[in-house]
Amino acid sequence: MLLWPTITAHAAGPGYFGYGKLATPAEIAGWNIDVRGQDGVGLPDGKGTVDHGADVFAQQCATCHGTFGEGEGRYPKLMGGEGTLTGERPEPSVGSYWPYAPTLFDYIDRAMPFISPHTLSADDVYAVVAYILNFNNIVPNDFVADRNSLPKVKMPNRDNFTWQDPRPDTAAKECMKDCTDPKTVKIISSAEGTDLTPRTTGPLDAMTGN
Amino acid sequence: MSGRMRHGWQKSRRSFLRIGSAAAGAVVLARRAAIAGESSPPAESDWTRAVGPGVVDRTYGQPSKFEKDVIRRNVPWLTATSQSSVSFTPLQSLDGIITPNGLFFERYHAGRADVDPRQHRLLIHGLVERPLVLTMDDIVRFPSVSRIHFIECPANGGMEWRGAQLNSLQFTHGMLSCAEWTGVKLSTLLDEVGLKKEAKWVLVEGADAARMNRSLPIEKCLDDCLVVYGQNGEALRPEQGYPLRLLVPGWQGNVNVKWLRRIKVGDAPWFTREETSKYTELMPDGKARGFTWVNEAKSVITFPCPEKPLSAPGRYEVRGLAWSGRGKIKAVDVSFDGGVNWQSAQLQEPILSKALTRFTIPWQWGGQPALLESRVVDETGYVQPTIAQLRKVRGTNPIYHNNSIQTWQVKPDGKVFDVQLG
Repeated sequence: MLLWPTITAHAAGPGYFGYGKLATPAEIAGWNIDVRGQDGVGLPDGKGTVDHGADVFAQQCATCHGTFGEGEGRYPKLMGGEGTLTGERPEPSVGSYWPYAPTLFDYIDRAMPFISPHTLSADDVYAVVAYILNFNNIVPNDFVADRNSLPKVKMPNRDNFTWQDPRPDTAAKECMKDCTDPKTVKIISSAEGTDLTPRTTGPLDAMTGN
Repeated sequence: MSGRMRHGWQKSRRSFLRIGSAAAGAVVLARRAAIAGESSPPAESDWTRAVGPGVVDRTYGQPSKFEKDVIRRNVPWLTATSQSSVSFTPLQSLDGIITPNGLFFERYHAGRADVDPRQHRLLIHGLVERPLVLTMDDIVRFPSVSRIHFIECPANGGMEWRGAQLNSLQFTHGMLSCAEWTGVKLSTLLDEVGLKKEAKWVLVEGADAARMNRSLPIEKCLDDCLVVYGQNGEALRPEQGYPLRLLVPGWQGNVNVKWLRRIKVGDAPWFTREETSKYTELMPDGKARGFTWVNEAKSVITFPCPEKPLSAPGRYEVRGLAWSGRGKIKAVDVSFDGGVNWQSAQLQEPILSKALTRFTIPWQWGGQPALLESRVVDETGYVQPTIAQLRKVRGTNPIYHNNSIQTWQVKPDGKVFDVQLG
């Protein structure tokens, strides 16, 4: 692993160019919407109950995510999948996969509802988060989400992540001659004849026949 | 024409005119046209008979109408909505290493943002001495650099983890494009604001409706990251983040945040939704890998491919592309028999770090069935693995980082199919 240089002042130094304007605290406060997943730093004032979350969810979320997060049509499911991660068809959901609960606040606040994002109040976001955690059986019915309680929620899959990249994890060799027995070379899978490939000539293929 | 011939022709021309028969002249001209039409290929065509449109008939140039098949395309069944989705570059129809701006692949989490550059701002704050708000006019004043780099979505080839599914180069490899990016080094901007000594991580955030955000380690930010406004000589396209985006050379597409509006310096990662719920890889033991940023070395033969079959037995130039998020390409080898024997392909200039590199190899095809593969070695010595080798370590559910060797089956009729070997 390369040794990274410590942060050094380059020859120029802060303010050398003098472009732009210093950001005021008010400006920063307005932009500063992020919440850290691991420790909840950045969570705003406010709180929300599971019950209120159910109401908000029904109005704002259920059309895509289903009343209980079961998914609607092709839109994502937010619950279920416990015990499937080592199986043939894993179902990663909030409950079965997400490592950190405060990330729910960060994401829902900035990016949801999908068609009108960043329109929920902080209280309503807390409530929706509480509801989602509840239908994933992670918090009880009387749970109240706020900046203190959310970081304390331990997600079931939290310890199943590694954050250090272990790659390269293959040791292929640059063999040039007689690398395998030709008799063992066989096609085990082919895309010939599948009807999954959109056409690559003509107009865009809506594939409505499939 | 020699002077004597010209003189002779003019003598007979004058004699025609002296006859004074317009009809005779017309017969001559009609005969000339007829003779031209009969020759094969025609010496006279619509475009040689009539003067074309003048300059600025089209103020922003377009490809020939005969190139209308060369477009970005999508896989409708892949996503619930095209607004959180991806499109694919038609690699099979491109030459060189530069992807034209109109064919650069798209990936949105909340549709394409159409940003007014006069209103757009970049805020840099957090563990810094001087938090700054910059306009686009401010940003272009900083010292500018220009670099050629690929951007690849790590889900490129993701549909092939379980088996060969898409009979196409465009759809198996098209979440990949390469351009010349012009902008200011992120290290220059971080220098301008002054980093506090606790600074270890950076949050980058876009101005799209998803306000998409990712964490990056400060070392990469200070290394080769760019904040860019130029794409192949003109302003970024809206599809690629106009007016400003982050360029993180060699790292997964998602961290190259488009419509860049905020850079926040901190002391720990944020563990955003995109780097926890998504862009993490589930391994067979149920554990998941996160922060797997770099796109490892990869290559693919672009001719022949399913979209570009062979016509008849004969001498061909097999062509392809190789790229590595860790640096330059060192070598590409090509096999015609499914990986039993390999030959060295020729790398074509320019060979640039974290950019597409062309390779070619001549092939005398006798009409026999063949299994074509390319295998890249990058400057770190890393060798591109087979799909079997990758699956052995990662199973079939990681979704991302399928950089395996691609096998094209060539049949005696010249048709080409996406296959996988056991």
